[in-house]
Amino acid sequence: MTVTASASESRPPVQRWLAIWACALAAVLLVFLLQESLPWAVNYPAEAVVPVADWVSALMRWIKSNFSWLTRSITAVLGVPLDFALSLLAKNFKIGHGADMLVLPRLSWVGVCAAAYLAGRAAGDWKLGALVGGCFLYIALFGQWTSAMLTLGLISIAVPFCIVTGLFVGIWAWRKPWAERLIISPALDLMQTIPTFAYLIPMLLLFGNSPVSAMIATAIFATPPMVRATMLGLSRVPSEIDDFSEMAGCTARQKLWKVLLPSARPTLMVGVNQVIMLALNMVIIASMIGAGGLGYDVLLALRALKVGEAMEAGLAIVALAIALDRLSQAIAHKQAKGSVHQEASRSFWRRYPNLTLAIAILAITTLLGLFVPAFAALPKAMTLTTAPLWKAAVNWITLNFFDTIEAFRVALILNVLNPVRAFCEGFPWLGAVFLLGLAGYQLSGWRLAALVAALTAFCAVTGLWEKTMATVYLCGISAFIACLIGIPVGLMAARSDRFEKIVTPIIDTLQVLPSFCFIIPVVMLFRVGDVTAMIATVAFAVVPAIRYTNLGIRQVPPALIEAAKVSGCTKRQTFFRVQLPLALPEIMLGVNQTILMALAMIIICAMVGTRDLGQEVFIALSKADSGRGIVAGLAIAFIGIVADRLFNAWTAKARARLG
Amino acid sequence: MSEATELGLKTAGKDARPIKLACRNVWKLFGANAANFIRERDGKASMAEVAAAGLVGAVRAVDLEIRQGEIFIIMGLSGSGKSTLVRCMSRLVEPTHGKVEFEGKDLLKISDAALIELRRHRMGMVFQNFALLPHLNVLENIAFPLGIQGQDRPTREKRAREVIELVGLSGREHFYPRELSGGQQQRVGIARSLATKPEIWFLDEPFSALDPLIRREMQDELMRLQTMLRKTVVFITHDFDEAIRLADRIAIMKDGEIIQIGTPEELVVNPATDYVAEFTRDVHRAKVISAKSLMRACDGSEHGGVVAPDAKISSFSADIVAAGKPFAVVNGTGKPIGEVTPQAVIDLLAGIERPRAGA
Repeated sequence: MTVTASASESRPPVQRWLAIWACALAAVLLVFLLQESLPWAVNYPAEAVVPVADWVSALMRWIKSNFSWLTRSITAVLGVPLDFALSLLAKNFKIGHGADMLVLPRLSWVGVCAAAYLAGRAAGDWKLGALVGGCFLYIALFGQWTSAMLTLGLISIAVPFCIVTGLFVGIWAWRKPWAERLIISPALDLMQTIPTFAYLIPMLLLFGNSPVSAMIATAIFATPPMVRATMLGLSRVPSEIDDFSEMAGCTARQKLWKVLLPSARPTLMVGVNQVIMLALNMVIIASMIGAGGLGYDVLLALRALKVGEAMEAGLAIVALAIALDRLSQAIAHKQAKGSVHQEASRSFWRRYPNLTLAIAILAITTLLGLFVPAFAALPKAMTLTTAPLWKAAVNWITLNFFDTIEAFRVALILNVLNPVRAFCEGFPWLGAVFLLGLAGYQLSGWRLAALVAALTAFCAVTGLWEKTMATVYLCGISAFIACLIGIPVGLMAARSDRFEKIVTPIIDTLQVLPSFCFIIPVVMLFRVGDVTAMIATVAFAVVPAIRYTNLGIRQVPPALIEAAKVSGCTKRQTFFRVQLPLALPEIMLGVNQTILMALAMIIICAMVGTRDLGQEVFIALSKADSGRGIVAGLAIAFIGIVADRLFNAWTAKARARLG
Repeated sequence: MSEATELGLKTAGKDARPIKLACRNVWKLFGANAANFIRERDGKASMAEVAAAGLVGAVRAVDLEIRQGEIFIIMGLSGSGKSTLVRCMSRLVEPTHGKVEFEGKDLLKISDAALIELRRHRMGMVFQNFALLPHLNVLENIAFPLGIQGQDRPTREKRAREVIELVGLSGREHFYPRELSGGQQQRVGIARSLATKPEIWFLDEPFSALDPLIRREMQDELMRLQTMLRKTVVFITHDFDEAIRLADRIAIMKDGEIIQIGTPEELVVNPATDYVAEFTRDVHRAKVISAKSLMRACDGSEHGGVVAPDAKISSFSADIVAAGKPFAVVNGTGKPIGEVTPQAVIDLLAGIERPRAGA
């Protein structure tokens, strides 16, 4: 009796929503068909565009003219440590001018490689040391040393800055829940969805084309994970440790610095790892506003279509990324395991053997470099280059497979990309606002509906509707294909331990690579255009789909699987009836991440000639048009936020249903 | 067990020791407007009223007095509010209503600075999951509260080594918490809480996370320390056997209320409610009940021996059964005040309830 009652109660809402969606779609279709009489509903009227871009430009001009004393002093202050780091690692110290200039050498490459090896050994074992040292040695041998050290120098100054800022902001957010809710959380969300490019424009405007502005952009971009890690770490400290600090009579300050933060160290180190990786990613992109280094090499080579050189610099980035990631992860891992006692010893040398040794080697090799040039810079004769090899390989492929690749490319454009593009660009803006708002209402309620509708409307009202839809189309297709590949791979990994062992290191590596690196090999084969952008984006965005699917299936409680087996499910039934439904929220989370990553990547693909919002930002960057760039950047962020919020609401609903 | 018996002796009869810590109608309610709710009712509300107001009563109308040097155990199952109550006593949790008096002074009215001072020098606490700082070694962990007070390194390390010696951890000064077993970690927790020479010692389920054998060992260790140090101890546990083994007095909590306070013997002999009786049912009675509870008036028969009024039955049960004659119960001056018959002891051991003549 009760069962039938509840069934008949739960039915009407579903059917009602079906009917509502049918009506809504019909209405939008009607608008589309009637576009002769209702043109303003399909294409946003040009005369009604709100000139937000002009306002922003005016604001930036005002800031620039009134606060130049501030920006100049910031540049000057930050320039000091940055110059020091760059001179130390890459450029040599130059004291004085002209003939009587005194040149102090930079650190010797031999010393840095040895120090990298020792750092790896201190953080893990000799294997890690060999990997990290090997990566540096690779960079040296392939002649990328100076560029790589420029990049490393920028990171080494930006990262501490991010860590300190992130720590303090995180502490503030943790102390004041209202600040976290009203200011920090929304700001972090926005900062992480605004594309990397968009950060560059205001920096360029305020701080000029210099390493300092690149560093500031990097610092801003890479800080959010530290803030989050700090908040998470502090809130995860066991309440007993909190109680203990109170009972020991700690003042608020003693409690924070002597008890809570040290106890949260493992989580904080995870944040540091993420900061380093994001900083590397951003430093590469910031080469467009004068960061120099490896990113600049890639950029120059790509512009000149020298694929070999681009590939080489790109591989150096990969080496640097792997070295930094593995090293910082090993340190985080060590922190998480906790400390191990050692014999108490007074001397510095005995307590820090690796550090002492590293300093000694650095000093000796650098001094030797004054007399033996081979220590100062790797002799030309010793450097290797693979550029001709890559060039030859590309030539060979184009020669032998040109027709196949071209046919594939053209077929993809004609049959998939163009129709979807036409559909998206012709989609009535009013219809999109309406349908997304409706989805928001169904999934969560009025607040979400209003947010989603307002953000969508922003894209139309600022006159960026067509470009927005171009972005949505490319991002949507890429994310769709990434899921189409990633979810089955994840499912396979979840069902076979052996397959998982193969997949895990691959996706780990894919994840640490700066987004820039994905473009290079694709552009070699497919030249510039939407197809290249799509393939690079799929490669970049496939990781979370694989990872979360695997994780979701694997974390289904074993007791449930045993229960299914006991009740006589076949392997297939267990999978489809038990594992898949229970893993669905996790998988959706992976899809959500995939979409956001695809969005971030699509924007960077503006460099290979897409025609979307990314291109808008890119053009604004080259013209230093801050208003245009920031508004386009916001539009991109809003796409991300709309997708993210809708997906989260959906996942939350699915989770609530599963209990 | 002998220490426990000895200490049990002290609390029997009128207790003249000063009151160290007292709770006067202490309430802790969770929910909106809880403070107004209880103030309007003048500190009186039934469970139904609390629930009707949409509040959760973690601690309700608790009145208790803890005397200097006694082991006071708060016993209750999980969710009974015992942890919240002990945190109210140290103001880790701010009570919604009532008074907590430390040596007669209301703890809830003192300034933050005074509270910090009080906690630094006069209170110590041991936690269920040890709450050791993972980044400090044993010596640094134990010296930590002293460092917080501003003591210099040699002074605090000297004191830390003293307490390390006391809890038997010598030789492990430079080990980190994760390198120690659970029992060893709790020894560090105990040493740390003793380093500041506190007057009142809160132990929040200190042995619940340990294996049964280690738990027993640690209970003995605690008794050994207590005979040396004579702290005022507030001990939380959900294990009635542990409570009986260690306590001078036990307070039994249920749903935020204290149902009964008394010595282990009082709880066993006169349980206030069925709930308390349920706990005491499986207790080894001979170890809890003393001669004075089992004695009857002397009827002139010959005595096979003498026992003190507070001697537990288990301490002489074998002798009395072997002797086959009643034992005289004598007070401090050697005057007989009654006798215990072998039959009464056998009945008690066999679990046969008979109306007692003497008690």
